[in-house]
Amino acid sequence: MDLQYNQEEEQFRAEVRAFLAGWPLRGEEASLPIAEQETLFRSQAIERGYVYRDIPREYGGGGQEPDVLKDHIVRAEFGRAGAPGSSFLQGPAMLAPTLMEFGSEAQRRRFVPPTLREEIRWCQGYSEPGSGSDLASLQCSAALEGDDESGEWVINGQKIWTSNAQNSHWLFGLFRTETDAPKHKGISYLLVPLDQPGVEVRPLKQMTGGLDFNEVFFDDARTGADCIVGERGQGWQVSRATLKHERNLIANPNLMRDHFDAVVDLARTTLRNGRPAILDPGIRQRLSEIECYVRTNETSNLRQLSAAARGEELKCMLPMMMNKLYSTDTMQRLMEIAYELVGADGLLAPSEADLAGYAKGEGPTGWVEQWMFSLGPAIAGGATNIQLNIIGERGYGLPRDQRPTR
Amino acid sequence: MHFGLSEEQELLQETFRGFAQAEFPPQRLREVFDAGEGHDPGLWKGLAEMGLTGLVVPEAHGGAGLEILELALCCEVAGATGIPGALLEHSLACLAIDACGDPSQRERWLPGLATGDVIGTLALAEPDAECETADPWDPDGWQTRTSNGTVSGFKQYVPHLDHAGLVVVGLADGGLAVVEPSESDAASVRVEPQDGIDRTRPISKLRLQGAAAQPLPNATAESTRRILDAGLVGLAADAFGAATRLIQLSADYAKDRKQFGQPIAQFQAVKHQIARMGTEIEPTRALLWYAAHALDRGLEDAGRHAAMTKAHVTAKSVEVARDAVELHGGLGFTWECDVQLWFKRAMFDRSFLGTPEVHRERIATLAGW
Repeated sequence: MDLQYNQEEEQFRAEVRAFLAGWPLRGEEASLPIAEQETLFRSQAIERGYVYRDIPREYGGGGQEPDVLKDHIVRAEFGRAGAPGSSFLQGPAMLAPTLMEFGSEAQRRRFVPPTLREEIRWCQGYSEPGSGSDLASLQCSAALEGDDESGEWVINGQKIWTSNAQNSHWLFGLFRTETDAPKHKGISYLLVPLDQPGVEVRPLKQMTGGLDFNEVFFDDARTGADCIVGERGQGWQVSRATLKHERNLIANPNLMRDHFDAVVDLARTTLRNGRPAILDPGIRQRLSEIECYVRTNETSNLRQLSAAARGEELKCMLPMMMNKLYSTDTMQRLMEIAYELVGADGLLAPSEADLAGYAKGEGPTGWVEQWMFSLGPAIAGGATNIQLNIIGERGYGLPRDQRPTR
Repeated sequence: MHFGLSEEQELLQETFRGFAQAEFPPQRLREVFDAGEGHDPGLWKGLAEMGLTGLVVPEAHGGAGLEILELALCCEVAGATGIPGALLEHSLACLAIDACGDPSQRERWLPGLATGDVIGTLALAEPDAECETADPWDPDGWQTRTSNGTVSGFKQYVPHLDHAGLVVVGLADGGLAVVEPSESDAASVRVEPQDGIDRTRPISKLRLQGAAAQPLPNATAESTRRILDAGLVGLAADAFGAATRLIQLSADYAKDRKQFGQPIAQFQAVKHQIARMGTEIEPTRALLWYAAHALDRGLEDAGRHAAMTKAHVTAKSVEVARDAVELHGGLGFTWECDVQLWFKRAMFDRSFLGTPEVHRERIATLAGW
C-alpha cells in the first residue's frame, strides 16, 4: 500500500489544477449561455489532453498514452472544480470508445470527432418491448438492400427505454440481421440517423413525471451499408464493450460522495423535535452505516483502478463484477434516508424544475424526485436480478438456470 | 500510488493459509471447539515457527517488525480457517508494550512474546463501565487503579486468560499496566471463566485485588485508543475471513444439495442469496486495507476508518452468517454442522471491543455530525 502519488503524478495534478483555475469562465465569456461555456471550456481541456485522453488527436481526442492514474487525477480534479470534463452523454461515453475498439477507420473519422464535440448527439437502442433482460431475443430487423458498398439497411421494428432519443441525431443499437442464425449470432450493431421519415420517436412519461426516455419506431427506416460496426452477426460482442462502459458510468464513486454530502447537509438543516435531525441517534446510525457503504465503494474502486494500472485486473474480478449492484444499492439506501427526512412533504409531487434538473433538484420535492429516480439505475444497464445471476454464476461458479430457448 | 498488497504480503497470507489448512483440518477445529479450550499447543508452536507470534514485535526484540496491515491480513486467514488461539490479542499486547513501555520493559517482555513462549492478552472491559458509558471498552468508564506497584479492579470478557503469561490491563485514566499471573498470587489475581459464545476464543472475568503490576509509563488515553483501533481492524479482518468461508461453504453446499431433481444453487432464490452475501462482503476488503494502512501511517482519518471497518464488516458478517445457516436448511441449525463454527466466530468479532452501534456513533461524532 502506497497512497502517495509520485513526483510526476503530483506535477501533473498541479498542472491540471492550474488549468482549472480558468473555470468558471470570466469576462465576456461568462455571459455566454452555460451550455456554450461548457463546450468552450471542454474544447480547451481536450486541446490540453485532459479530456478524452485516450482518443488520438486525429479523432478529436486528447491524444495521450493510456494512463489509468492520470485519468483518475483528471476526474478527481475536474469533479472538485465542478468543471465540464469528459461528458456522461451516451455518445462520448459509450459510442466513441466502442468505435475506437471495433469501428472501421472511415467510421472513426466520420463519427468520433463530431461526437466528442457533441455536434452529433446519440442515443442507445438496445431494449425492445419483448426483449429486456433477455436482450439477445431482440426482433427489430435490418435487411441489406444492395451491396456492401453502396447498399442500405432497411429497418423495421421498435426500440424502447431509449433515453434522450428526443434530443438525439443518431441512434446506435442492435438489430437482427441474420434471420437463420442462433439468437446471439444473428445480431449486428448499426448506426442509424433519426431524422428521416421511417423513424418516429414517442416520449414515454416516467413515474417521476419526467420525460427522459422514449419509444422509437422504425418503419422502413434506412441507414447506409457502411454503418455497421464490426462484422455482420458480431453485434453481441460489440455491445458487450458498450455495456461495460455504461456500468462504469453508473458506478462512478465521485457522484455518490456528492450525493452523500448533500444528504448529510439535509440532515443538518432539517429540524426534528426542535433540533437538527443529524443529532437524532437513529439518523446518525443510518448515516454512519451508509457512509461505510460509500467509503467501501470508493476504496474498492481505488483498488480496482490501481490493479488496472498494473495490469492486475484478475486479482479483483469479484469486486469488479459487483460494482454496479453495490453502487445502485447504496444510492437507494441513501435516498431512503433523504425521503424520510423530508417527512410529510413526501406527499408532494416533483416540480417542473426538479424534473428538468435530472435528479439534482433541491428542496423537499427535489428529494422526492431523487428518491424515485434512484430506482432507475438499478434497472438500466442490466437490472439488479441479472447482476445477481452474473455474480452467482461467474463469481461463485453456481450453475446456470434452466434456459430452454438457449 | 499503489492501492494493493505487496508480493511479500500476498506470500505471507498464502503461507499462513497453507499452514493452517494442512495442520488444522476442520475435524481438529471441531475437537478444539468442543473442548472449549481455545488453545492448541502444537498450532501455537507452528505460528511461532512462522514468526507470527512476533509479527508486530520490532526486529531488535526478535520479532518480524511488521505492521497492522500484515496483522490484519493474518487475522483474515485466521478467520477464514477458523483457527483457535490468541493471535490478535497477543499481537495487541505486543503493540501496547512496544508503544507504551520503557526500554527495560520492552527488553524484558518483547523477546518472550516474540518467540511465543509467553502468550499475551488484554483485560479491558469492565462490568460497571457499560452502565456509565455506551461501551464497556470505553476507557472513560474504567475504574481499575494502580497503587504502589499493585493494581485493583474488576475486568470481564478477557480472552485466553487460562494460557496467558502476560496481561495488559486498562486503567482508569486510559493508561495501561502489565500483570504477569502466577500460581503464587492466586489470592490477588482471581480468574472466573465465562461461558463464551465462541468456544475457540474462551473468555473470563478477572478480579485484581492488589495484584503485582507494572504500569506502562508512556500509556495515555490516546495511545490506548490506537491499540484498540488496531484491535478493531483485526477483528474486522477476522470477520471478513469468517464471512468468506461461510459464503464458500454455502456455495459448495448449494451446488451439492439436490431438491426437485436439481442442485438448489440452480434456483434463483438460492443463487441470488449467495450473490448478495458475497456482494455485502467482498468489496469491503479494500476498506479493511485502507483502515490498516491509515493506522500504520498515522493518517488523520485512521480512527474513523477503524470504527468504520469494525462497525460495517462485523455487522455484515453476522448477516452473512445468518444467511449461511438458512441456506443449509435444518442441517445448518444443528450443533453438528460446521457453519456454526464460523457463525460464532462472526458473533465474537461483532461484540468484542464494542458493537457496531457503538462504533457507528463514533463515526458520526468524529465527522462532527
